[in-house]
Amino acid sequence: MTRITLNVNGTDHAVEVEPRHSLVDALREQCGQTGSHIGCEHGVCGACTILVDDEPVRGCLMFAVQADGKKIRTIEGLAENGAFNALQQAFHEHHALQCGFCTPGMLMLATWIVERGAPVSDDELRDIMASNLCRCTGYRNILRAVRAVLDGTITRGAGA
Amino acid sequence: MTVIGKSVTRLEDRALLTGTGRFAGDQNFEGQLYMRVVRSTVAHGRIVSIDTRAAAEMPGVFAVWTCADVADVPAINLRPGSALQDLERCRQPILAQGVVRYVGEPVAVVFADDPYRAEDAAELVWAEIEDLPPVVGLMDTPGEFSPGVSTEPSVFETGYGDVDAAFASAAHIIECELTVGRHTGVPLETRGALSIWNEAKGQLEFHAAAKVPHNNRIALATLLGLELDQLHLFEGHVGGGFGVRGEIYPDEVLVNLAALRFRRPVKWIEDRMEHLISANHSREQTHRIRAATDADGLILAIDDEFWFNQGAYARTHGATVPSVTAAMLPGPYKLPAYRSTGHIRLTNVTPAGTYRGPGRYETTFVREMLIERIAAELGLDPLEVRRTNLIAADEMPYDRPFSVGGSPIQYDSGDYPGALASALDQFGYDALQAEMAARRAAGELAGVGLICFVERGGDGPFDDVRVEMAADGSVEVVTGVASVGQGAETVVAQVCAETLGIDYSGIVVTHGQTDRIARGQGARASRVTVMTGNATHMAASGVRTILLETAAGLLQSPAETLDIVDGVIGLAGSPGDGPSLTVAEAAAEAICARGGTHLAVEETFEIDRATYSFGVHLAAVSVDPMTAGVTVERYAIAYDIGRAVNPMLVEGQLVGGAVQGIGGALLEEFLYDEAGQPLSVTFADYLMPTAAEVPDIECLVLEGDRSTTNPLGLKSGGDAGVTGAGAAIAAAIGAAIGKPETVTRLPVSPRRLRDILKAKS
Repeated sequence: MTRITLNVNGTDHAVEVEPRHSLVDALREQCGQTGSHIGCEHGVCGACTILVDDEPVRGCLMFAVQADGKKIRTIEGLAENGAFNALQQAFHEHHALQCGFCTPGMLMLATWIVERGAPVSDDELRDIMASNLCRCTGYRNILRAVRAVLDGTITRGAGA
Repeated sequence: MTVIGKSVTRLEDRALLTGTGRFAGDQNFEGQLYMRVVRSTVAHGRIVSIDTRAAAEMPGVFAVWTCADVADVPAINLRPGSALQDLERCRQPILAQGVVRYVGEPVAVVFADDPYRAEDAAELVWAEIEDLPPVVGLMDTPGEFSPGVSTEPSVFETGYGDVDAAFASAAHIIECELTVGRHTGVPLETRGALSIWNEAKGQLEFHAAAKVPHNNRIALATLLGLELDQLHLFEGHVGGGFGVRGEIYPDEVLVNLAALRFRRPVKWIEDRMEHLISANHSREQTHRIRAATDADGLILAIDDEFWFNQGAYARTHGATVPSVTAAMLPGPYKLPAYRSTGHIRLTNVTPAGTYRGPGRYETTFVREMLIERIAAELGLDPLEVRRTNLIAADEMPYDRPFSVGGSPIQYDSGDYPGALASALDQFGYDALQAEMAARRAAGELAGVGLICFVERGGDGPFDDVRVEMAADGSVEVVTGVASVGQGAETVVAQVCAETLGIDYSGIVVTHGQTDRIARGQGARASRVTVMTGNATHMAASGVRTILLETAAGLLQSPAETLDIVDGVIGLAGSPGDGPSLTVAEAAAEAICARGGTHLAVEETFEIDRATYSFGVHLAAVSVDPMTAGVTVERYAIAYDIGRAVNPMLVEGQLVGGAVQGIGGALLEEFLYDEAGQPLSVTFADYLMPTAAEVPDIECLVLEGDRSTTNPLGLKSGGDAGVTGAGAAIAAAIGAAIGKPETVTRLPVSPRRLRDILKAKS
C-alpha cells in the first residue's frame, strides 16, 4: 500500500492505495466522493471525467498514485454555497440530463471548456463534447446548455 | 392552475447535478462481500471440470461457487404473460449446468472482501471446457440445440384476411429480404446489485433494483424459496434502462442467494465487457416479406416470414419481441389482409430480450423499406404510396382484426394524414427534396428519407397509486412505478399538482420501494405517464374531494362551487374574492375530523388495451463515395402524442431515442466470428453515437386527438424516437445512392455501404 494525499475540491484526503488502484476508484471508495461515475473503465465513455490540475482526465485511466498532491476537481465541488453554478443551472433548465449517469463527466468537461475563456465555435464545442458518451439525451440539450453558459445567457444558479 | 402541458424543470435533477445520487455502485453496507462472475470463454462446450482451489486459497476470498453449489436453484422463469410454452425448456440456469452455451455465460462465482481481490481470484478459476460445435447462423437449417430442444423451439403464425386471394388477384407483387443487426440498450451505468439480510426484520433486502421491482420481487422470491414478505426491493438511482437493465439475470439471483446464505451483504457491479456479452441483446431479425398491391400502389396484403435470433436461452421476456414484431408490422396503413410467420431461433450467442422500441424499430424498417421498394417498382413517389395507404381520420377508432397476447389491437384515435401534412410543412419537405435533387444532379450522393409509423404504449393491466397529504399540506405520491431517468417523478408530480391545484415542485414521488406499496408494474413498454398518470389523477381526485367537502363546511358553500387555485380553496371562478382557506388548513381540519396522520387515498387504474399514436421521421443524409461514410445532415421527428404532460420531456425522449436509433442504423452491432466469439466487447468495437455523429434533432410535438383509452387522454412517448430511426436513415441512404433496393441490412456500416456502392457501379 502507498500513502498519498489527494486534494479533492480543496480538501486534502490522506489515503492508502495500491499502485494499481485507479484514481476514480480511490475518489469513490477512499475519499467517499461517489459523484464521479464509472461507465466503461477503458477510457471511452467519459462518465469519470474529472479535472486534475484543471485539465480534463479520465479518472479510470489515471492511477491514484499519479494524482498524489495534485489538485482534483469533481462534480461535488461545482455548487456554490448550496446553489447550482451556471453550468448546473443550464443543464437543469435545458433538460440536459435524463438518468444523470454521464452528467458528472459532461459537467466537468464543460467546466474545462468554459474556464478556458477562449471563444468556442459550435463545431468545436460539438467536437470536444463528443469525448463523452450519453445514452439518454441525444446530446442536443447538453450542447445547448453549455452554449448558454458560454454565451452568458445563464450566469448563475438558483438557491438550494 | 395548469401545470399539465407545461415544460417545467425536473424534480429529479438536483441530486444528479450535485453528485449526490445513489446509483448501484454508490451504495455500501458494512462488511459487504464483492462478487465476481467467472464466465465462459467458449460459445458451446461441455464442462469437464472446474478447478477453484487456487482461487479459494487467495487472501480475502470468502467462497467460490460452481454449478453444484446452486443446483437446487431453478432456472430463471419467463415473466407471466410473456411466455410461449415452447420456450419454457430454454430457460437459463444461474450457473451453467454441465454445458456452456454462449461466451459470457456464468460458470462460477467468487466472493471476496475487496473487488480487486475478487477479480484476481476469478482469474484463477480454471474451467476445462471441451469444445462443441456452435450454432451461429440465424438462417441455418434447424437442428438440435440441446438434448430434446430444437434450434427452432417455436414457430407461430398470426394475421387476418384472405392473404392468398389477395396475392392471386394482385396487379403487382413486390418482395424483399431485410435484416436488422444485433443491438442493445447499453445504459451508461452497468448492471449492479447489493443485497443484505436484515436479521431484525427477517427479510432479504435487494438494493439497486430497477425497472420492475414488484415483478422481480415475486420472481426472485420464487427462485430463492422465500415467502413474499421475506423479500423487499429498493430502487435507487438508475443509470438508464432501455428495456435491458432491471430484468432478472443469473447475476442478480446469485447476489441475493449469497446474501441469504452468508447472512452478509453482497455487492456486485459488472464491468463493461461483461455487460456487452451478458446483458440482453435484441433486435436481430431477418424478414422475407411480400406485398400484393393494385396498380396504384394500394397494398392488398402483406405476407411476412421472419426469423428472430433469441440467442442461447429464453430470458424473462419470453417471446415478447417476436410477438410484438407480428403485432406492429402493419403500422399506420390499412392493409386488408396480413399474415406473419415468426421463427424463434436459438444460437450460441448472448440471449436476447427487449430493447427500447422492441418489434417497432425492426418492423418499421422492414415495412417502410418495403414501401420504398413498391414505389421504386411501380414508378411512384414513396410519399404518395404512403398517403395512398394511410388510415384516414374518419376510420378511427381502427380495429386490426387480430390480437397479440390476448390484447385487442385498436388504434384509438388520430389524424394520420393530417399529422403527416403538418410534418411536411414544418420540416420544409418540398424544398428539402428539391435541394437534394439539385445536389444529386450535381453529382453528390445526398437524399431524404421520410417514413411513417405507429407507436404503442400505455398498456395495462393496472397501476396503483396512493396519494398522502399531511396536516401541513405536503404531499407524497407512492407508486409502484420505476424511474430509469425518463422523468417519471416530475410527470407524476405534475398530474398530482394539476388535480389538487397545488405547486408540483414540493410533491414527493416515491417509487420502486416494495415495502411502501403492495403492487406495481414498473417502467416498461412506454407505460408510465399513461398508467401511473391516470392512477395518480384518480387518487389525487379522492384527496381533492375530501379537501373540498371539508372546506364546504367551513366556508358554508357547497363543495361543487369551490375550486383549488395555487393551494387556496375558494369560490370557483373568483380567486382571491370571498372567504377562502389554504389546502393545508383544510387538510389539518380533515385529518382532525377523520383521525390518523394523513389523508390517504389509494386508487387503481385498470385497462385491457394499449393506446396507439402516429409519427413521422425524416432524415437527410449525404454519402461520401470515397469512404462510404454517411453524414446525417438533418433529422426531424413529428409525433402526435395527443396530450403532452411535459413537452420538454417528450422532446427529450424523442431526441434521445432518435440518436439510439441512428446508432443502430449506422454504427452499432454485435458481431461474432464463426466460432461464436464475440467481436464487440468494448466501446471501441460496439460504437454508440457521440455528439459528433448526430445533428441537432428537430421535433414537432403534436397534440392532436387525445387517447380514448384513459381519462386524461394520454398517449405514450418513450419509444417514438427510436422506432422510426432505422427506417428513415435507410430510406435516406437509398435515396442518396438512387437505389433503395440495395439497402437491405442495418446497420449500414461503411463496409456494407462500400460494397453496395461497388456493386452499383
